[in-house]
Amino acid sequence: MLAILRRDFRSYFNSPIAYVLIGLFICIMSLFFVDSLNAGVANFSSNFISSMSFMLLFIVPILTMRSFSEDKKSGTEVLLLTSPVRLSQVVLGKYLAATAVFLVLTAVSLVFPLVLLIYGKPDGATLFSAYLGFILLGMVFISVGVFASSLTENQIVAAIITFVSLFTLTSFSYIGSYVGGLVGKVLNWLAFMEKYYEFSAGIIDITSIIFMLSFAVVFVFLTVRILERKRWSQG
Amino acid sequence: MIEIQNLTKDYGKIRALDDVSFTVEKGEIVGFLGPNGAGKSTTMNIITGFISSTSGTVRVAGYDVLENPVEVKKHIGYLPEQPPLYPDMTVSEFLDFCAELKKVPRREWKSQKKDIMELVKVTHVSHRLIRNLSKGYRQRVGLAQALVGSPEVLILDEPTVGLDPKQIIEIRKLIKALGKKHTIILSTHILPEVSAVCDRVIIINKGRIAAVDTPENLSRKLSDFSRFTITVAGPEKRVREILQGVDGVKEVSVGGKPAEDETSFIVEADKDRDVRRPIFNQLAAAGYPILELKSMNLTLEEIFLQLTTTEAKEAV
Ligand SMILES: Nc1ncnc2c1ncn2[C@@H]1O[C@H](COP(=O)(O)OP(=O)(O)OP(=O)(O)O)[C@@H](O)[C@H]1O
Ligand SMILES: [Mg+2]
Repeated sequence: MLAILRRDFRSYFNSPIAYVLIGLFICIMSLFFVDSLNAGVANFSSNFISSMSFMLLFIVPILTMRSFSEDKKSGTEVLLLTSPVRLSQVVLGKYLAATAVFLVLTAVSLVFPLVLLIYGKPDGATLFSAYLGFILLGMVFISVGVFASSLTENQIVAAIITFVSLFTLTSFSYIGSYVGGLVGKVLNWLAFMEKYYEFSAGIIDITSIIFMLSFAVVFVFLTVRILERKRWSQG
Repeated sequence: MIEIQNLTKDYGKIRALDDVSFTVEKGEIVGFLGPNGAGKSTTMNIITGFISSTSGTVRVAGYDVLENPVEVKKHIGYLPEQPPLYPDMTVSEFLDFCAELKKVPRREWKSQKKDIMELVKVTHVSHRLIRNLSKGYRQRVGLAQALVGSPEVLILDEPTVGLDPKQIIEIRKLIKALGKKHTIILSTHILPEVSAVCDRVIIINKGRIAAVDTPENLSRKLSDFSRFTITVAGPEKRVREILQGVDGVKEVSVGGKPAEDETSFIVEADKDRDVRRPIFNQLAAAGYPILELKSMNLTLEEIFLQLTTTEAKEAV
């Protein structure tokens, strides 16, 4: 598993993809940054980091689209699946590689709070909790993205599926409050965005952490199942 | 070492493998021979656990592929039809990655890597990106990948494809040498390759096994003096008449004239009849001595065509 994690992580940085994503992210966030400075240092964490999360909707699909399709194309899928490694380890390795790239991106984004120190003193606790929420949200998104990439051999299709599902998932809380009833309840329960907003408001709730991590685990597990099913049905 | 029983594989409505059974003993080199779409790659993909079978069992080193996939995979080195390579890695990095995947102990790996790279002759390109290698070199890196961890069983799908003639001979030699320590199944379309390296041939056609034997036996079984050349000293016309008069001879044609009064004939006779004795007696009686009599053994190529085309006729 570590071998796959390391290889995929390096492969992200061997191609322009990781640099382009991080570069674009920082550029666009700089614009938001200036904007949120105008809104005042006090509200920085919630404002700014919410816009970072919004960016994830676009970044994660591109990050995860090649997780499995790349191996299908180069034929290395055979290598991974005929090695004495369990399928779950292959999936986990790929998931963690994408997560590691995401963590690098998160680390780079720390320049913004650092710059902020020049202007004033942001609330450390809120900042921490907002970043924790951001990371958890990223992990959930990536699990959805990896799942989508196991569904299709086409990278573009994988990216689009990921984007649409993430968009739908994030709007659950809005839909939920409109629909009402049992469906509404389920949607509200699934609405991890709500949980995420708590984090950016500085509330760290253990159940929310567990909820979001389980969400990611479920999708990683589903990915394993999908790949297994695929091999069984068509070969 | 490898036991395959009643293996069947359906792709939707297409039956790619139909009740295939065979075994491979430890240390054997078995050639898998068959036309395009015969099911060679499919069989190999099932043995290595890459795809599942519809029914039937596969056991490698005593382990069932379905029950114990990880154990089976530990015993196998696989070179698929398309060598599985990461274009963005160097040869050296890629082999390190494979060693990690196959859990080769670090201490052993250093010397093993050196040996493998020398064996398949990729040492001088070890720091180049795989993306920039030629087809032949990629094939060799693919072979190197299969050797990582020194697995007991090697499964090689068309290992000499894309190599130049000199390389083909070298790789065949290498496979032959590897056969001393490993059990090998290789697939190919190239018939001389089979006679050159394999202890046994499995001819497969349309998902069924058409024949299993040693390359020599196969040639012998199907030739049986049904066709031979005979060189006789004497007038061409007269000798031909005598040959045609022998009971059992079906066709006589002139193959050449090695000297003024000598003629070579190609004689085709009934398969289940030995016409050599009557020919000798009659020619001797007429006073025309036989200078040479040579069986025209069918080449594997001809056998292959014969087996696979008759099978095709039966199927219709
Ligand atoms: N993924 C697949 N889906 C549907 N049919 C397939 C698939 N893979 C192989 N087949 C079919 O199974 C049959 C056997 O194919 P296979 O690749 O095993 O042949 P092969 O003997 O390796 O041929 P070649 O010499 O061309 O490599 C063919 O009829 C092929 O069309
Ligand atoms: Mg094939």
